[in-house]
Amino acid sequence: MNAGETTTPKLGVQAATKIYHTASGDLLALDRCSLDVRANEIVSIVGPSGCGKTTLLWSMSGLHRLTSGEIRLDGVKITGPHPDIGIVFQEANLLPWRNLDANIRFPFEIKGEKPDRAWIAHLLNRVGLDGFGGKFPRELSGGMQQRAAIVRALALKPSVLLMDEPFGALDSFTREEMNRLVEEIWLDTKTTIVFITHSIEEAIFLSDRVVVLSARPGKVAKEYRVPFARPRSLEIMATKEVFDLTNRIKMDIVGERARPKAPEQERASAEIVRIRP
Amino acid sequence: MSDAIPEFSKSKSGDGQEVSLTNLSAFASGPGVKSGKEVAAIIAVAVVIIGGIELALRLFHVPLYIMPPPSSIAYALFDEFPLIAPHLGYTLVELVSGFAIGAVVGLVLAAVITQFPFAEKIVAPYILLLVTTPMLALVPLLILRFGFGYTPRIIAVALAAGPMVMINAATGFRRVDSAKIALARSYGASTLQIFWKIRAPMALPMILVGLMIGAIFGLLTAVGAEMVGGGFGLGNRLTTYSSMIQMPQFFAVVLILSTLGILIYVLFFLIGKKWASWEA
Repeated sequence: MNAGETTTPKLGVQAATKIYHTASGDLLALDRCSLDVRANEIVSIVGPSGCGKTTLLWSMSGLHRLTSGEIRLDGVKITGPHPDIGIVFQEANLLPWRNLDANIRFPFEIKGEKPDRAWIAHLLNRVGLDGFGGKFPRELSGGMQQRAAIVRALALKPSVLLMDEPFGALDSFTREEMNRLVEEIWLDTKTTIVFITHSIEEAIFLSDRVVVLSARPGKVAKEYRVPFARPRSLEIMATKEVFDLTNRIKMDIVGERARPKAPEQERASAEIVRIRP
Repeated sequence: MSDAIPEFSKSKSGDGQEVSLTNLSAFASGPGVKSGKEVAAIIAVAVVIIGGIELALRLFHVPLYIMPPPSSIAYALFDEFPLIAPHLGYTLVELVSGFAIGAVVGLVLAAVITQFPFAEKIVAPYILLLVTTPMLALVPLLILRFGFGYTPRIIAVALAAGPMVMINAATGFRRVDSAKIALARSYGASTLQIFWKIRAPMALPMILVGLMIGAIFGLLTAVGAEMVGGGFGLGNRLTTYSSMIQMPQFFAVVLILSTLGILIYVLFFLIGKKWASWEA
């Protein structure tokens, strides 16, 4: 930790670099990306498609190993999946051959622990899935599936919840509903949340901070504080402040994507980046 | 360091159309999903066909040795059943033991080989050879080596069923869904846990298809092997009855064999409905 800092961040990303080795050559997905997430904070990560948002999140979860740099949870370096970090994946990612109860039991089976029934019942009640335990994923709507996935992730009481574009496949009304639900859960548990999304509105509504990643290779381009008090109402989304903030973030993302770039230049810049120490 | 780029749109798991012939959707349109009206219609059609054949055969005085009327087949089935029953038993012993050996070996090989993509590529053409070669062709050789008892027949059944089970199970095990595996890994699952909790359930529908096809092929091979040599089994009854021109008895055995085939199909259909219905 630097001398000036008074508190250890909950989740600290330091100079995270990730190179994928693919058949068509190496791909620099993250380039010395640094980012601190404080305890009890909701941070959203937005950025153009393919900028390495998911790579960053999967690295934070310990599912991917960084090529260089490190991720620290409470100051301790992460080397693999960590019990204190829960993930909600894109498209609920429930196991279709298990009913809802069995899906939520899944993490406990893997860990060989007894499920905390009271806590799970509380969570199911919280997300409005009471009495759906016997249903199979195919019998549930997309929103309900994602609620179940959130319950599954929270069942182990993680102190950090990583959410990887969890509501990308949902319609906009369901999405707003889910956003309110995430805020409710946060007010309830104060779990630190890192949230990846394509929707700037969603990011602003949910977050204390919105982090904008640059186009590939991903690194932190901008960071915005979102100062509104919680619980937030949908009305604040119609204020001028939010409108201006949305536009600024949009320009950060679209402006960068809109800039014409010859393929040679792109490769050259990637080369330069790799040569740097 | 061999992480793959996380990509969700391309790695959808529901891509069940890999083997059209063996797709589980065959189960969905199979027995058990018919209304009372449909069942009545099916029975009516059967009555008309069987009655029509009976009538035509009697009307045109077709000799018994060319085509016996259904009534005489039914009579032979009841009359000769005590004589045929032990042979049904022999055939079942061959089928069940051969199939069990073939299925276990096929399943284990499929589970192991799909863990090593390189080895799988090398072995694939030989597996295809095993699948496409009619194992019946080996029976004379097996009889030379093992005599006229159960052994050559059980080996032939295992050789016929095993590759079928293996090739379908391997298709199942190859259906990797990186998101589901990542889910298990995020909870610290071991390779073995990932296999039993993710890969195996995902492969189960294809495994059942493989078991069903393997069992049917096993039945074919068992009967074929019995026709080649030896003094017992339903296949042996077929050759015996036809050589004695006892056609009603001959067709009674054929009827038993088709019933066996249907029972195999229904058995796996029911298992599939219970354990793999999430797929459909």
